[in-house]
Order: sequence, then C-alpha cells, then structure tokens
Amino acid sequence: MIEGIIGRKIGMTQIFQENGRVEAVTAIEAGPCFVTQVKRVAKGGYDAVQLGFGTAKRLNLPEKGHLKNVGLLKHLREFEASDIDSIEVGQKVDASIFEPGDLVDVTGISKGKGFAGVVKRHHFAGGPKTHGQSDRHRAPGSIGATTTPGRVFKGKRMAGHMGDERVTVRRLKVVEADPERNLLLVHGAVPGAKMGLVTIKKSTS
Amino acid sequence: MDIDTLIPVESNPNIPTISPGDTVKVSIRVVEGERVRSQVFQGVVIRVRRGSANANANFTVRRIAYGVGVERTFFLHSPSVEKVEVMRHGKVRRAKLYYLRDLTTKKARLKEKRPKEKRNDA
Repeated sequence: MIEGIIGRKIGMTQIFQENGRVEAVTAIEAGPCFVTQVKRVAKGGYDAVQLGFGTAKRLNLPEKGHLKNVGLLKHLREFEASDIDSIEVGQKVDASIFEPGDLVDVTGISKGKGFAGVVKRHHFAGGPKTHGQSDRHRAPGSIGATTTPGRVFKGKRMAGHMGDERVTVRRLKVVEADPERNLLLVHGAVPGAKMGLVTIKKSTS
Repeated sequence: MDIDTLIPVESNPNIPTISPGDTVKVSIRVVEGERVRSQVFQGVVIRVRRGSANANANFTVRRIAYGVGVERTFFLHSPSVEKVEVMRHGKVRRAKLYYLRDLTTKKARLKEKRPKEKRNDA
C-alpha cells in the first residue's frame, strides 16, 4: 500500500452538506501515478517507492533510461509504502488509496510574494497612523539594543523574500475521492497556485 | 481544467430563472430540534451573483418587515432552498438594486414588466 500520491491543484469551490451547510474544499487532480522505482534498504539504505506523474514532452537520456519501462513521466516524487515487496515498477496508483474521512498532509510550493516588508511577512503592527508620523506606517521599529550587544541578533525578523517555498498543511480531511475522474476534494485550503504540483500523503499522527 | 465543469452543481428543478427586480417567494427548509419545516421569505430580488453554473451562485431578497428592511442572501444551489416562486417581474434598469435601500413605501415600488402583447392584425 503506497501512502501518497502526486497531484495538481485545480482550485477551490464549495460543496453543500446534507444539512445545508457549506464546506469549502480544494479540488486536486490526483494521479494517475505510476511506480517508477522501488528503493530497498539493501541497496539504497532505506525503503521507498518513487512515483511519476504527468506527461513529459522532452526528457534527457538518463531520464529516459530511468523511465524506459514506465513511459514519459514529468514529475517524480518518493513516498513511503507498507508491504513494499508486493509493489512492482509500472504499477498504477490513483485516488482510490484515499477514502472520504481520511486525514491527509498536502505539500506544495506556496505563491511567491517577492520582497515583502515586515507587516506582510511577519505580521508586525507597523507604526502609528497619525500624530505627525511620516513614513513610519509600515516600519519595523527597533531592531535591537545599544552598545551591548552592539549587533543585531541572528534570526531577527526583517523584510525579505516571502513565499515560493515548500509548505505542508497537515491533517486535512478528505471529502471525496474519485479515481475515475482522478479527483480528490479536501477540506480547506492547500498551498500554491492553481495548476501547482502538490503531494498528498496520509497523515501519520 | 475548469472547476465548474469538473464538479457540476445540481440545479434545483423548483427554482426558475430569477433576475433582479423580481418579487419572489422563497421556501427555506428550517430545522427546529427534531422537526423540519418550511419557512417562506417573500421580497424583491436586489442582486443575483455568479450566474447559475457556479457552486457559489447566490441571490439576495429584500423585504420590509414591520417597517424594518430585511435582506437575506440564499445560495442558489443550497439544499435548504426548497422552492422559489416568481410572483411578479419588476421593470428595472440596473443589475444591482441597492438604491432600493434608500427608498421607502411608494418610491420603493417597481413597475411590472409584462410580456409584449402581439397585435392581432387580421
């Protein structure tokens, strides 16, 4: 049993529960994925299954060689698997590994925000809006003390690049899993832009 | 891939096409403890949002209850909305009738839009 799948975020919508309440869901095009490699302790030091997703237009020769028994797949990711002996290269993995009610962790690349100030990046309050303030509205304030310690501490929260990083949202509830349409609906939001690549794993804790 | 075509919404056969200016009777399913009953909200549609294919599509109905303006917004595809009856088509020239909020009594009336009668030239 493979514990995860690769997918693509389609976007968010809402669905109606039977009692008339609305539930916000993210639709993910989940799979179909194919097993491209089974890694074993004996050879690589750990057990894992490599899955491939999407159609690649062009691959270089090492990639073609790696995928020669599976087909041209664009994205490769590793997942844990139970009873790894029964898994074979080329085996198909689809949304049927999930069931409504399962909890999953979804990993994606968050939307890039560019060089962001401290108000946006670290939720600082900024300066006073009135009483004669000029260009202090979104300023960070003091960044440290005086001669002692005479420097700014490492890790001080300041302006800088925000977003475009790997983000995992844990324990999202699966609302629907439809292997025929390769559709997975999870409750709530998922990192990244529409059409962004995401990996969905079963939650462990 | 378009999310609205991927997850189609089921439209309720008891809801006709509604447009701003219509006077409608909306039947809502209300759960009171164990009992389920139907409640009616009648008023003028002052806005219709996001078409009909979108799961988020909604419309707002305004009525004057005991001299106080009350507005309720319903999701078009919500199972709580059992039925919508169009009583009257109002003649309006705007998509969003927010101006009705500032008008009362006689000024807040809308002229009825009647289908054009065909002339019977024999």
